[in-house]
Amino acid sequence: MSVSAHEAEKPAKGFRLDLKTAGPLLALILLVILGYSLNPAFLNEGNITNILTRSAFIGIIAVGATFVITAGGIDLSVGSMAAFIAGVMIIIMNWAVGAMGASIWTVVLGVGCSLILGIGAGFINGFLTTKAKIEAFIVTLGTMGIYRSLVTYFADGGTLSLNNGAREIYRPVYYDSFLRIPYPVWVFIAVAIIGWVLMNRTAFGRYCMAIGSNEQVARYSAIKVDRVRTATYILQGLCVSLATIIYVPRLGSASSATGVLWELEAIAAVIIGGTMLKGGFGRIGGTVIGALILTSIGNILNLTEIISNYLNGAVQGVIIVAAVYLQRGSFRARRKKAD
Amino acid sequence: MSLKAIALGLMATSALLGSAVAQEKIKIGVSIPAATHGFMGGLNWHAAEAEKRLEAANPNIDLIIVTADGPADQASDLEDLVSVHQIDALVVLPFESEPLTEPVRAVKDSGAFITVVDRGLTDPSIQDVYVSGNNTEMGQVSAEYMMSRLGEGDNIVILRGIPTVLDTERFDAFMATIEGSGINVLDNKFANWNRDDGFEVMQDFLSRFPDIDGVWAQDDDITLGVVEAVKAAGRESEMFVVGGAGMKEIVKGVMDGDPLVPVDVLYPPAQIATAMDVTVNHFVSNGPVTGTYILGSPLITQENAEQFYFPDSPF
Repeated sequence: MSVSAHEAEKPAKGFRLDLKTAGPLLALILLVILGYSLNPAFLNEGNITNILTRSAFIGIIAVGATFVITAGGIDLSVGSMAAFIAGVMIIIMNWAVGAMGASIWTVVLGVGCSLILGIGAGFINGFLTTKAKIEAFIVTLGTMGIYRSLVTYFADGGTLSLNNGAREIYRPVYYDSFLRIPYPVWVFIAVAIIGWVLMNRTAFGRYCMAIGSNEQVARYSAIKVDRVRTATYILQGLCVSLATIIYVPRLGSASSATGVLWELEAIAAVIIGGTMLKGGFGRIGGTVIGALILTSIGNILNLTEIISNYLNGAVQGVIIVAAVYLQRGSFRARRKKAD
Repeated sequence: MSLKAIALGLMATSALLGSAVAQEKIKIGVSIPAATHGFMGGLNWHAAEAEKRLEAANPNIDLIIVTADGPADQASDLEDLVSVHQIDALVVLPFESEPLTEPVRAVKDSGAFITVVDRGLTDPSIQDVYVSGNNTEMGQVSAEYMMSRLGEGDNIVILRGIPTVLDTERFDAFMATIEGSGINVLDNKFANWNRDDGFEVMQDFLSRFPDIDGVWAQDDDITLGVVEAVKAAGRESEMFVVGGAGMKEIVKGVMDGDPLVPVDVLYPPAQIATAMDVTVNHFVSNGPVTGTYILGSPLITQENAEQFYFPDSPF
């Protein structure tokens, strides 16, 4: 929309840009102060590592979702897709252990299959949205149900567990670290940097914003709209696949309860970070902070006894709404008047 | 309504025919939640196994298992069982007590024998038989084991399930039993009967409390997440975990003498099989079967674990 493009441009001149970009960051800082005041254990090295590692799953998926949403789409299937990919990976690795024993190649095979499945699943979502001209909401609602049922079916309603031998080899991918930072966090950092470059420094990123702002204008400007859109879903699938690759070694299992509501968390992270749900404007840095905010809320609630267990959902809701309010709405309007 | 009248008419006719023609099979509908959670996966497996066994042993019995994704879905299932299958008996594990009471009453009004499993109806007079695990005993047994291992000044943390009556019963019984033992409950949090949440909540407990001697995880899915978190923190020698339900991986660990998870407390997914057995007995035995059947929640230890181990079950 022209309004959002306008908004995005205008503050670029002065101090207000900082405030707008800083909105999510400000919310995160407030949250950290709150966390520390409720329980000093919040800032222990161990706890910080836990938060960062946990954020990696939702964060990586949310980076992909930023592209989909910026281009005016939505993907509701990511949580089920993660569960489905995790399930298939485990089945394949268990089979490989049976056929050729547990080795590093078993894990490599699993990882390879995960990448193929993620890209394939993303392509299906993109193809159905662009070529079959079905609303993205409906397509991904459909695939969400399909993947969730498939993983339940594969697991026979129970849980798929990775063979112990393969587990031992695969385990370090989640639990070990490099320079005291766990591998999942490194993957998250890499995905975020690549995502930022793609969004802000390449034609692809500009096309995504153009399509999300106004599809017709983008089409007349000779942007291959269908191709770019499909690419955003493939990118999303790839991100889900990467998240799954670091998720599986954590518990070595997948069940129908895996990845439930991840789609909502990913979308929430994107929106908290300042990307417009209606498309046209995307911000990768904000998404990363959004994911950290979401994980920190859960962590803080576990570190305190003050709030009744029954009210956890309510507290999360209030903080999410407050975080979004901080970065737009009246906060900025008032600031403008003050200026 | 007219549909219901027709259904009732058909029911009556088939009942008459049933008594007239000896070969007419007795139809028993089994309505349970779909396998969307480990425990329900196990329950579905036990239901299917019981169906095979009972139909093979009783040629005149036909069991029809239907699974539902939610209370509304289950209410539709019940209507179908009456109108399409014209069942003579119903075994039902209600998704939720309140919304399913009236639909089950409608089945009762069609003349069917009613067996309710696990989650009760708000009007117990509808049921002929009630079969259930024992949530109160589960909390008690878990607490008693804690007290046998720990004493004055020792610290435990609790990971609860989902905020429901079932969870509250277990939790209240546990707290009542442990009262006065001098064991400190540091805190309790919901882990939603889910291993990912179990992992995260336990990680947070570990960074918050330097001294934990025992963990009551209340459910085996949560237990698996807790065990991983404790191992990742390298604190497995400091504490032990008590889970619940009887998941095969956990029971196997108990059998093998895992020091981190030394016992488990049963809340059997096989209770659906017990309910189906009792219902079939109503038609084939010569004794009365109505009443309430509360299954025990025994402590599963290394000595007796074998009898609770079902390697083929998905749970």
